[in-house]
Parts: sequence; C-alpha cells; structure tokens
Amino acid sequence: MLSKNKIFKRGILDVAPHMLSVIPFGIICGAIGVELGFNPYLVYAMSLIIFGGASQIVFLQLLSGGASALIAVTSVGVINSRHLLYGAVLSEYLEKLSILKKLIISYFVVDQGFAESNKYFKKNKNQKHIHYHLLGTGITLWVCWQISTLTGIVLGSIVPPELGLKFAIPLTFIAIVVSDLKKIDHVVVMLVSGISSLIFFDAPLKSYIIISPIIALIAASILLWRKKL
Amino acid sequence: MTWLSITIAGMITYLTRMTMITLISRDMLNGRIKQVLSYVASAVFPAIIFPGVFLNDYGNFIEINDPKLFGAAIAIIVGFFSKNVIATILSGLISYWIIIFVL
Repeated sequence: MLSKNKIFKRGILDVAPHMLSVIPFGIICGAIGVELGFNPYLVYAMSLIIFGGASQIVFLQLLSGGASALIAVTSVGVINSRHLLYGAVLSEYLEKLSILKKLIISYFVVDQGFAESNKYFKKNKNQKHIHYHLLGTGITLWVCWQISTLTGIVLGSIVPPELGLKFAIPLTFIAIVVSDLKKIDHVVVMLVSGISSLIFFDAPLKSYIIISPIIALIAASILLWRKKL
Repeated sequence: MTWLSITIAGMITYLTRMTMITLISRDMLNGRIKQVLSYVASAVFPAIIFPGVFLNDYGNFIEINDPKLFGAAIAIIVGFFSKNVIATILSGLISYWIIIFVL
C-alpha cells in the first residue's frame, strides 16, 4: 500500500514531462496578454481565477478585438465545458471524498492532470487515497502555470516566436493518446473527433472544442452497441 | 467591467470542473455510460491536436509540406514505440526544427 505522500509524488512525476509544453505556453500566454494592452495584474489574475490555458488567451483576444464581454465570457465557458466530461470520468474514483475535499480538488482538474491521473486510477482502482495522485498532477500544473504566466507578463515574449513552441501543445496531447492507437475502436473515436474539429473549427464561440468530443462519444457508443450485437 | 467578466468566467470554469465531481454518485452511472466515458480522452484530445497540427494561426489548412506534419508524424511514431512523454514531445519539436532551421 502506497502512502499518501508517495501517491502525491507519483502524480508529480507522471505529469512533470508535460511541463515541456505547459511552461513555454504559459510564458506565451502571459506575454500575449500584456502585448494586447491589458493591465498586467488583470492578466495574472486570470491564471488564478480561471486557471484555464487557452481559454485565457481567447478571452483577452476577443475583448481586444472588440467583442462584447458576454461573448468573451461565454466562449470561456464553452471552451472549458470539456471539464464536465473529465469530472464525469473522475467522479467514480473520487466518490468517497467529503464534499469539501471534492470542492477543493475540483479546482485542480486540468487536461494533462486528468489524463495522467485517469491512467493511474484505472490501474489502481482499489487503492486507498488515490485522489492524492490528482492533487499531485493538478498542483504541479497549477504551480508551473502561475510561474510561467507570471514570467511571460514580467519579461514579455522571451520565447522566440521562430521556435514555434505553440506546436508543443498538440505534441503533449499526442503523447497522451498515442498509446491507445493500438486499439482500433479508440482510433476510430480519435479520427471522428479530429475530423469534426476541423469541420466545426469556425463554429461560433470556439464550440468545436466540445462539439467534436460529443460527436466522437456518440460514435463510441455506436461502436459499443455494435460490439454487443 | 473586465474584472467582473473575468470573475464570472472563472466562476463558470470552476462550475464546469466541480459539477460532475460533486453531483454524480455511483448509481447514476450504469455500465453502459461508464464504457462510453472510457473514451473521453480519445474523444477530447484529438479536437485539440488536429487544429494544432493541420491549421495555421489564421485557421486555414496548412500546405502538404508544412514542417508540423512531419513533426507530428515523428512524434506519433516515437511515442507509440517509446511510450515516453518527453521523447514524444522532443522528437516532434526537434524534427520540426530540423525542417525549419537546417533543411
């Protein structure tokens, strides 16, 4: 039986490689916010209050482009609605926690942390205190996000744009799903999601980010249903 | 006004994180739904990957010889065999840089 401390550290280690993409992206996000002409305190406060990578940039870009606050806020909600899916998956493993602990741990649910902790949860279902893994991944991402966005705000775009480090974002997610490429049903679901995202990319409010997963999950349920026949 | 918007956006984002974790209990999810939920990672992440690889900053399709395609292909191959996150990201970035800066 692993101690809470060990499970927490395991979470840190499991998510640490993703900092290769999170840190440059955080610096870019912070720098863009200031370049768009926003108050630096406001740009940083978003990392605390919203704590949601791409949605923070979209919010500022929309406002600076003259969109209404309503549009900007709605877009953040739409982009981040994918957390509902993560929560549904995680709920099974967190159900024994008190409501207070659930409310606290929820703040730390982020894409890469969800992905790595979900992999750990699947393998260690019956272990006690597995939620410390989610805390480990989530807090690591939180700390790195705060430091890197702050760095971007203070130092500006120290990441040379020629390096194209934004490309590290798709790469980090490729690293997450690549192990499922050996399962044909997962490949189908991924292709449905990916192709949908290209088709619906121009849909209003960045809604492709939630439309595509929903279409892909419908495809998954059709696959499951056919398997049973 | 912007501060208020950020606060509301933050509250909505927190709600998206908290709702399912606090409201769903085990008996609400039957086996069927759980099976579908096991595809969540495969259903969500390609919607981030595909636009990041196939579209440029302006949302237009990239050319067939774009270095991002090469970088992504190398990352998939390296990732598939190494099962290592650092190797996947670095192989993708380095092969992308080789095309841009060396060739």
